[in-house]
Amino acid sequence: MGNSTITDLDDLAARVPDGAQVVVPPDYSGVAMAATRALLRRGVRGLHLVAMPTSGLQADMLVGAGAVAMVEAASITMGEFGGAPCFVRALREGRIAMRDATCPALHSALQAGQKGAPFMPIRGLLGSDILAHRDDWRVIDNPFADGSDPVVLVPAIRPDVALFHAPLADREGNVWIGVRRELLVMAHAAHATLVTVERVQDENLLDDPRTAAGTIPALYVSAVAEAAQGAWPLQLWGHYGLDGEHLRTYVAQARSDEGFAAYMAEHVTGKAEAAE
Amino acid sequence: MSAGHTPQELLIAVVARLLEGCGHVAVGASSPIPGAAALLVRALSGGATRVSILGSTRNNFFTNGGTELFDCAAQGRIDAFFLGGGQIDGQANINLVGAGGEYPRHKVRWPGSFGSAFLYFVVPKVILFREEHTRRVFVPRVEFISAPGVSEPGVYRPGGPQAMVTPLCLFAFDRDRGRFRLASLHPGVTLEQVRDNTGFDFDVPDAVPTTAVPEPDRLDLLRNSIRGEIAEIYPRFAAGAFADAA
Repeated sequence: MGNSTITDLDDLAARVPDGAQVVVPPDYSGVAMAATRALLRRGVRGLHLVAMPTSGLQADMLVGAGAVAMVEAASITMGEFGGAPCFVRALREGRIAMRDATCPALHSALQAGQKGAPFMPIRGLLGSDILAHRDDWRVIDNPFADGSDPVVLVPAIRPDVALFHAPLADREGNVWIGVRRELLVMAHAAHATLVTVERVQDENLLDDPRTAAGTIPALYVSAVAEAAQGAWPLQLWGHYGLDGEHLRTYVAQARSDEGFAAYMAEHVTGKAEAAE
Repeated sequence: MSAGHTPQELLIAVVARLLEGCGHVAVGASSPIPGAAALLVRALSGGATRVSILGSTRNNFFTNGGTELFDCAAQGRIDAFFLGGGQIDGQANINLVGAGGEYPRHKVRWPGSFGSAFLYFVVPKVILFREEHTRRVFVPRVEFISAPGVSEPGVYRPGGPQAMVTPLCLFAFDRDRGRFRLASLHPGVTLEQVRDNTGFDFDVPDAVPTTAVPEPDRLDLLRNSIRGEIAEIYPRFAAGAFADAA
């Protein structure tokens, strides 16, 4: 059966509306960088970017290009390559809104979205300035406790779009994610799930129990586009490592607006990417 | 290396002593010394101590995605974890967000709080670790509380800070009093040196012990086997942190 789920990179990028709430995975879990460059070429604006629960290069490029209105994350960093230059600059200059969180609060909010529940209780956080700055979170007294037991509630996140990169899909639109189960939760919680993959195979992933256990069924997948090396210059678990030299270059260039613009021209909007 | 060990080997030995007897030690990102200490304790335990290292393939057995570490900790299945901070104060409040000016437009912005605001509450033995011991880090009061060192009575908090390891000394943390106490000075370090470089007040016992140097058998283990294991995640650290094996 031919399936309209399989599409190309530009069509995938066209499915992210301006102003969408977009959830993305951490750098180690399959970041759709080729699709992010396609999004930037189409000039996306006003995104509410939710890192599940952290982000790096992807968030920094989107922020640097002026595509982001709000970032929600437990951390934005380039890891061993340093801070995220465009993110830090935009924050200092008040060009983006920031919702600081802690990793499990974001996971819990997404799980609430996955379950169709309105919110999730979560331990910790009491007495932190994270909580103090989150007017969308609540503290209640645990109604099941004998004595007083304050507990934080986080509202469900049901993102407009989940966007990530995975190793493999099949022609039906099933996507193999192995043990990277946060991608499954993202797909369950989101209204639309857009995935790039290294390769689309003919065999149905659900036919073999060994791959079925690590597969997101096509029910949850809106579109799949093939993009070999689609996480580059970040890594894809089990497939390739990160491109350290490129990331060092990025961090150095992104320290200034001019440097970032030059990077964008060379690697995103310019000729080098036209082949994608 | 005048004392027969590198500075990193001393810190690994100090952290390892704090981890002895733990059933499961988890180590976060960018933490080569805590990671090496956890692997050392596992080796000494004959494998009885489990170790989960973020960023490692070989030392990470989780299969339920990014949430599993936190779920596991919430259930009491993680005995020890490490946290740091751009700023840490005398009540063990940690700041991983930023300093100078007003949040969120801090002059200096750090990556963010990661899992600290949760793990600090639920992991019984949180060890604070910083490789910089200065008044820039150890401040009278943090400018943003990513996670508080102590909580009001009635707040669910089975976990919290137990000790802090720096290049100069080892502090113990008294959760009831909400204060650090100097536990030992590393070889060659004076009390004045610690005071001069610490922006908060702390308790000092009448006689301050000197931190024990790494045990010879542990140095052998570090140099012969742990060095190779930690190189999987931190190759540059592994190349420079250890003396040559005997």
